[in-house]
Amino acid sequence: MQPGFSDPVLDAQSAFRAVLEAMSHPGRIIPVAPAPLPPVPLSPAMGAVALALADADTPLWHDAGAEAGDWLRFHAGSPLAEAPRAMFLLATGTPPALAGLNLGTEEAPQEGATLLLAVKSLRPAGVLRLRGPGIQHETALGVEGLPEGFWAERAALRPLFPCGLDIILCCDSQIAAIPRTTEVV
Amino acid sequence: MNAPLNPVAEHLAGYNFAYLDEATKRMIRRALLKAVAIPGHQVPFGAREMPLPYGWGTGGIQVTAAVLGPRDVLKVIDQGADDTTNAVSIRRFFGRVAGVRTTDRTREATIIQTRHRIPETALREGQVLVYQVPMPEPLFKLEPRVSETTRLHALGDYGLMQVKLYEDIVQHGEVATAYNHPVMVNGRYLMSPSPIPSFDNPKMHMNPALQLFGAGREKRIYAVPPYTEVRSLDFEDHPFRPIRAPHACELCGSTESYLDEVITDDQGGRIFVCSDTDYCAERRGE
Amino acid sequence: MYVSVKGGEQAIANAHAWLAERRRGDAEQPEITAAQIAEQLGLAVDRVMAEGACLDRDLAALALKQARGDGTEAAFLLRAYRNTLPRFGYTAPLDTGAMQVQRRVSATYKDLPGGQVLGPSFDYTHRLLDVALAGQNGEPPPAPLAEAGVEPMPRVTGMLAQEGLMARDTASDAEPPDLTREGLRFPANRALALQAMARGDEGFLLALGYSTQRGYGNSHPFVGEIRMGAVPVEFTPPELGFAIDIGDVVVTECQMVNQFAGNAETPPQFTRGYGLVPGQNERKAMAMSLVDRALRAKELGEELTAPAQDAEFVLYHCDNVESTGFVEHLKLPHYVDFQSELEKLRGIRARWAADRGETP
Repeated sequence: MQPGFSDPVLDAQSAFRAVLEAMSHPGRIIPVAPAPLPPVPLSPAMGAVALALADADTPLWHDAGAEAGDWLRFHAGSPLAEAPRAMFLLATGTPPALAGLNLGTEEAPQEGATLLLAVKSLRPAGVLRLRGPGIQHETALGVEGLPEGFWAERAALRPLFPCGLDIILCCDSQIAAIPRTTEVV
Repeated sequence: MNAPLNPVAEHLAGYNFAYLDEATKRMIRRALLKAVAIPGHQVPFGAREMPLPYGWGTGGIQVTAAVLGPRDVLKVIDQGADDTTNAVSIRRFFGRVAGVRTTDRTREATIIQTRHRIPETALREGQVLVYQVPMPEPLFKLEPRVSETTRLHALGDYGLMQVKLYEDIVQHGEVATAYNHPVMVNGRYLMSPSPIPSFDNPKMHMNPALQLFGAGREKRIYAVPPYTEVRSLDFEDHPFRPIRAPHACELCGSTESYLDEVITDDQGGRIFVCSDTDYCAERRGE
Repeated sequence: MYVSVKGGEQAIANAHAWLAERRRGDAEQPEITAAQIAEQLGLAVDRVMAEGACLDRDLAALALKQARGDGTEAAFLLRAYRNTLPRFGYTAPLDTGAMQVQRRVSATYKDLPGGQVLGPSFDYTHRLLDVALAGQNGEPPPAPLAEAGVEPMPRVTGMLAQEGLMARDTASDAEPPDLTREGLRFPANRALALQAMARGDEGFLLALGYSTQRGYGNSHPFVGEIRMGAVPVEFTPPELGFAIDIGDVVVTECQMVNQFAGNAETPPQFTRGYGLVPGQNERKAMAMSLVDRALRAKELGEELTAPAQDAEFVLYHCDNVESTGFVEHLKLPHYVDFQSELEKLRGIRARWAADRGETP
């Protein structure tokens, strides 16, 4: 079994701060360090975010296979759930259809799921233009490795706000967050 | 994150770093992230009893404890001042249970926990302002039922508040709220800015810092991400007007800062001094 | 020149030193021990334990000593402490039918299986101050002992249910909500409401229960049964997979029998108000059972007219750790807001005067 955080208290705190910073500045690429070395196909960033936030109270879905599943179960202890009922989803391949995930309700939009999505690369430049809370003017982001039509699928959820999904793109030991408020063009 | 790392061993023996156990921190952290993702929406959380009384900043303390790390530099203010007894008490608490570096300087702090004020010194990116919130529900005086206000937020129906402000104008010729004046966040959620004076409301708008709000007794967390629209509720013909005593600070001469009124005798004598003690000291070159 | 008030740190340290001195009182008197409090002020300890939601008599006694006898402050100390304890899991539901009864009374039957047991009660004491107790007056004569009854003590409500006169509160295997983890949510189910009241403030519940007897809420209560005594606590450690007995707790249970008019689907029958409080605390268990019944008004199709029937009102305000904190926080400085209010009022007064052609 690969180890989790080497310091469960302080490493979880710094991973959380990375996610908080990422959520506060959508599209900004934030390093997660120190991060654990989870079994492939989980990246260090995805592993760190999962261990920092998931536990026995958070139903989790993943497509990362048996070894990664054991690692998650041992270090986070989250019960596994079908995608529509999961609070956290760890997608290393093609993610499940977004509209079928838990988007929360008008009265409890916070119940909308968090999707951790593995991508091939993250660059602070590129064709995507992000606007919304957390962004002063506009943020550029380059992402490789997302399935065809992903952004259109996500854009279709925006009219449902405050219901929605919050997405954390993970690549190696970096993350970039796309909360539900962000407009991506 | 350039501050020196404090030896964590210095925090109080027998308690976890920053007092809360890890499961509680994770629960609060999850609530905080959803709060940032849905600006102005009150996220319920399983607030715990803290070793300080409810109503004395337990929400802010839980938020700070969940966010705080050994590299942070913490500032705590109450009424704008670092030396008010409750601010001293909370700062000592984190000194004991987390061993973090504390400061009076707004510029040096990475996390600022506050009750009733936003510092005068402009905040920057990377700073976190944690508000202590007594009543997170902006509509509570008009509708005390949480089940009902939850529904109104879901519908975005804030007519009650508009009517209340309008009635103020009819009766007094102006809106009668002087503090805790409700704001609309990102055009969607009506939010209590906590009992800050109306003077501070405009500072929330498009602030580069992250603003987090913790209400322990009412068990709610909410947030305003950096660079987010925050509009004080008003009417076109009665625009929102921040209030400030029309005087200069007796100590530093500032005519820009929010002032405390200090009674000096029983003959009506009074002077005005900056509420933000760090801002005032910095202006005086201290 | 004006110098602002400083020295908060020193003031706090001085206040704490003074407090410690006051706690000790006159040093001529021997210092009271937590063990003495636990033994001799047992009902105060029971109340702190219940409102502090931590069933440990020694810690509750310590909290009372530390709080100088202030029960609400002591409950708060205990609550804050319990939050630092690791959680191992949930016990099995207590079976009060298996109680080792120290007291059991019913107001609805003259006699019943298992009999009436007065137990250590103030009920028939004449409330005459006993000046002999002022000093140390030695050991009381031993109370007479009787053989423990072998007859079972079935609960009165169960006997009524057998005849179909009492509405059955159906058992449920659904996981009850946990007030200490998630807080209140509305509509609150009965399990959540009972949890909140079990650790709620005795005085608040007493006043609300009383109000239902005075017409604020439709109530025709009879004490079906009050029982107090030790109940075994069972816990199933995951690694064992079977339940083990981990000790006893003393609880007081009250089952209040109320009339119900019935409706198209249900014949007229009795309904139950339920109270269960850790320790010996009959007053609170009775008040709680009155309020529990009042809170069921909506479920039973009764008209909602009174405060005790209003779940949000009752449950949001029954916790004395929350209410004392918020009431007492008003003594913290509020001068920033007050200053804003002053300027606002001065402005509004100037306008008021100007509108009337006066100079303010």
